[in-house]
Amino acid sequence: MNDYVIPEKLRVVGTTPIRPDGHDKVTGRAKFGDDFHLPGMLHGKVLRSPHAHARIKSIDTSHAAAFPGVHAVVTAADFPKIASNVIDAGESGQIDMQDVADNCIAREKVFYDGHAVAAVAADNAHIAEEAANLIQVAYELLDPVMDVRSAMADNAPVLHDNFLPGAFLAPTEKALPNASKLELAMGDVSTGFDQADVIIEREFTTETVHQGYIETHIVTAQWGANGMVTIWTTTQGQFAIRDQLALVLELPMSAITVIPLEIGGGFGGKDSIYIDPLAVVLSKQSGRPVKMVMNRAETLRATGPSSGTYIKARLGVKTDGTLVAAEFHGAYEAGAYSGGPVAPGVSTALTRYNIPNVKIEGYDVLVNKPKVKPYRAPGATPSNFAVETMIDELCRELKLDPVEFRLRNALTTGDRLVLGFPCPEIGGVEILKAVQNHAHYQSDIGGPHRGRGLAYGFWFGAGLPSSADLMVNSDGTVQLCSGSPDMSGTRITLAMQAAEALGIEPSDIFPSVGDTASVGYSFQTVASRTTFATGIAVYQAAQDILAQMAERAALIWQIATDNVLIDCGRFLNKANIQQCFTFKELAGKLDGTGGPIAARALASPEGVGFQITAHLVDLAVDTETGKVDILRYTAFQDAGKAVHPDFVEGQIQGGTVQGIGWALNEEYFYDEAGHLKNTSLLDYRMPTILDVPNIEAVILETPNPGHPYGVRGVGEVPIVPPAAAIANALYDAAGIRMNTLPMTPAKILDKLNSATH
Amino acid sequence: MKNFDYKLPASLDELTDMLSRGEHTARLLAGGTDLVVAMRGHRITPELVIDTKRVEELNELSFNDHTMILGASVTCRTVCRDPQVVKNFPALIDCATLIGGTQIQNRATLGGNLCNAAPSADTIPALIVLKAQTNICGPHGNRQVPVEEFCTGPGQTILEPNEILVSFSIPLPRKHEGAFFIRFIPRNDMDIAIANAAASIVIDSNGETIIEGRVAIGAVAPTPLYVSDVEPVLSGQPIADDVIAQAADIARQAARPITDMRGTVDQRKHLTEVLVRRALNGAVNRARGND
Amino acid sequence: MNRQQVTATINGELKEFLCEPRQSLLEVLRDELFLTGTKEGCNDGNCGACNVILDGIVVNACCIFGVETNGGHITTIEGLSKGNELHPLQQTFLEGTGMQCGFCTPGFLIAASALLDENPEPTEKEIRHWLVGNLCRCTGYDKIVKSVQDAALILRERAL
Repeated sequence: MNDYVIPEKLRVVGTTPIRPDGHDKVTGRAKFGDDFHLPGMLHGKVLRSPHAHARIKSIDTSHAAAFPGVHAVVTAADFPKIASNVIDAGESGQIDMQDVADNCIAREKVFYDGHAVAAVAADNAHIAEEAANLIQVAYELLDPVMDVRSAMADNAPVLHDNFLPGAFLAPTEKALPNASKLELAMGDVSTGFDQADVIIEREFTTETVHQGYIETHIVTAQWGANGMVTIWTTTQGQFAIRDQLALVLELPMSAITVIPLEIGGGFGGKDSIYIDPLAVVLSKQSGRPVKMVMNRAETLRATGPSSGTYIKARLGVKTDGTLVAAEFHGAYEAGAYSGGPVAPGVSTALTRYNIPNVKIEGYDVLVNKPKVKPYRAPGATPSNFAVETMIDELCRELKLDPVEFRLRNALTTGDRLVLGFPCPEIGGVEILKAVQNHAHYQSDIGGPHRGRGLAYGFWFGAGLPSSADLMVNSDGTVQLCSGSPDMSGTRITLAMQAAEALGIEPSDIFPSVGDTASVGYSFQTVASRTTFATGIAVYQAAQDILAQMAERAALIWQIATDNVLIDCGRFLNKANIQQCFTFKELAGKLDGTGGPIAARALASPEGVGFQITAHLVDLAVDTETGKVDILRYTAFQDAGKAVHPDFVEGQIQGGTVQGIGWALNEEYFYDEAGHLKNTSLLDYRMPTILDVPNIEAVILETPNPGHPYGVRGVGEVPIVPPAAAIANALYDAAGIRMNTLPMTPAKILDKLNSATH
Repeated sequence: MKNFDYKLPASLDELTDMLSRGEHTARLLAGGTDLVVAMRGHRITPELVIDTKRVEELNELSFNDHTMILGASVTCRTVCRDPQVVKNFPALIDCATLIGGTQIQNRATLGGNLCNAAPSADTIPALIVLKAQTNICGPHGNRQVPVEEFCTGPGQTILEPNEILVSFSIPLPRKHEGAFFIRFIPRNDMDIAIANAAASIVIDSNGETIIEGRVAIGAVAPTPLYVSDVEPVLSGQPIADDVIAQAADIARQAARPITDMRGTVDQRKHLTEVLVRRALNGAVNRARGND
Repeated sequence: MNRQQVTATINGELKEFLCEPRQSLLEVLRDELFLTGTKEGCNDGNCGACNVILDGIVVNACCIFGVETNGGHITTIEGLSKGNELHPLQQTFLEGTGMQCGFCTPGFLIAASALLDENPEPTEKEIRHWLVGNLCRCTGYDKIVKSVQDAALILRERAL
């Protein structure tokens, strides 16, 4: 792995230019998933299982097929029956394509309320919906299992007779009829606990939550007469969609082109296929393009929420605050198919502290809920909630300052991680010190029933493959095309990196997002990797451009290429610096010296900078109702190098508010039969603008030498500590320790009432 | 959504005529914030939707010496911006500014809220404590029904087939009368009430004694509840914490909530006591002119 | 099919269209008139992505039938700017990064424009109250509030 030498002065990186795609977004011109139309387009609707767990006995589609305005009806019988086929899916780890296919349309069993069973294409969505409701499905009901502990109990209903153990970030091994297991260890915990002066053991449960992107899932598919398929969709990964479709439909990958439209939020939930294969086959059967929209209820019922959990943890500490031993047992919902975030969940639980003796056990548990998907630092929020509230408890018991405690135990550069390798460059200590020095930390909390809480959080981030193309126009402007969908401004942060590298202005670079036929393979826009990994691809492509342009300058000046000096957008003859071309001037000469210049780089960088953060929150609690009001919030985060500081702030603020929702109000309510009761944003309660104060984002920069400008991913870790910070503040305000998420007013009231009795 | 016919009558006669033909199952449309969503969810499937927005009597907002006439289809927005309503009925402003955010309030109506008859409806408790009467017209003539008798169950009302809620008659407040509405929700807006409560209080000119009190609670029974049992406890009593607490406790006992995904029995009963106490204190403050 | 003829003024232009009563205003705008700037986020009045101005007030287009707007005046996001001249709100959302994915942005811009039309000097609290029916999942709202405040300032300065 190369360590980059990061320039001291950066010209473009660190500034705040306006994003070029912004104008279309403020005028409504930007085309999101449902904004795309084709002449003759039909509309598809899915019929979904009303049962959480059942065998499909029969499906009669005849009434739907006969309904006026219907052009095609499909069930699993219209799809190839594919064999078990485990593929590498990067951030989603290894996935079995047979599971993916089965999730898209149920074949023998339905595994959750909302599981797709059939689909209809009709003249409009109303007709398609009416027709879909005429499809008759006979089910044999089976008992559902709806939480991890029930699923792991003896005699629990079994979802799959056989399943491949999940492998998301790390492999697991089958351990129970509904669960597979992974273990990590360091040192010897029994010796460690023997050395402890104080030991606490606590249990926690957290509920299933959804990413809550405001735009749902939409796909338009066209089956061409020649068997070539085109897809227009909102996605975090057009290549993932293409590859998954190819495998599920048994088509060559080259036969499918996926064109990413603008994406209205994803947060990890839009990295896979759902209705895509249905739209394709409906298009094939009807001979018309087909658009399918998942409405909000379908999105909540049948996409990929994030795991509910059961956690039991034990911490041992000396009276001076040194952590000596930790045991962490976490069971994470996988949903209907294996492969949930247990590995990143358990391995980030303690990673930010140096604990010499650690034993970690994680379970990936099948339950009759939709298959879980990543949601911003998948698995980390529940485990952080558990550990950071226990640390708060230890601090109080030992009468130690919460920042000092964490400083004493803080993981620093080079310390060994439980995953077995040394921690790369990290600025955790700097963050903790920044907390201590901040006005928020030093201010008086004021008022009765007010409290302050701190939590410290960690997340990995990833590299993974990215591709970038740069093309120099003869007027000196540059086209930049990458395969990374732009969820939040990465077009401009990539353009800024190209501008920095090439020595030109960001306004001279026109960034675009390519489809699968036009640009090299890129892994999804996930895992906080785009500004980092696609940035590196951009940087490398830029170096190639500069090298090629230097050759042209050398040709013009009749000197060796080695004698061309490249200095911030200018090319000079080292022997005679009067001979100089600006980038624009040299671009104008390309046609005459061999033709246009372009470069492509494919990077799969390893020097990932980990994400580390501390959150400080003040809140007030109404002790008569259990209602929490967040009064003040400061988030401290290490960005390595903030390419566009406003956007980095935005990531921190956005992830924090999602974390606040997770902490206080968001949860899936299932009834005993396994039906999802809150299928609307009325009762799936995400924070409104009135529910949160200003979030102050304090950006620190310990550069990541794995990136040419020091960039670390920033998008994920903000969601990790809010729940714990709020729980700790609640203890400070009202003396109650919460061990469940969400900490709804009902649960807080309950704790308050039992505390007084 | 199932298809339907849409009609826009220009008068009350035209509207009653359309209903009386009885050819289709019909629903009246005011703001649509409940109806459109319910129809999309297939919970209500009328064959005919009759838009009330042009019918003068349903859109009237007028005052005489004793009474405000509030048309059933008058929006929360109109209510909140009418200076006379703001002056005389701050409790109506309390609830009309709470319902679902600016966009919803711009369309939602008090008549629609009442006819939707949700146990958790946010306008009904205030209307009850304000002694609002409903003015109903139908094929057998007109009648008046007090708001507290209007709802008979979740989504159910005393309206007979082809009867229309035309307007509310709300007596203007007396001197030293104040009313207050409060609800409890998990977020700061955009939620259905877990529990809500309204109170109105008339005090004597010294501001020391309660002449009359009225309490209504919601989201804790199949319909909003008028808690008449508090009245003897309040009448003639000094304004004091223990008096108010006693009334709040009676209200708590009257509550018969269920546990559902929005709240539990214990929580709702507890909140009823808290909210009634706060509503009574709020009403007292307004009666004293302290608001 | 019982499509009805509806005539409404949309972004200053008189438009005639056919729609079934069951089509919401949101569906009509997007599917019949191809004005796709107004978005569907929830289709039940809980997110504000579908906001338009109808007869001078901001409403959720998903909770209104298209046929109800006969004779009405509608402004959608497409009508917020004047030709190429952006409304100050659009400018401040751009410059102040009041958006990330941009999906909720048309709804917020329409709702905020209605606020500033009525209340040119809103406090932060008033801004948050007014916009409570508009959900954003990306920004955490901070920069949205600031963008609205900045736009309010620009509009007040212009009025002087």
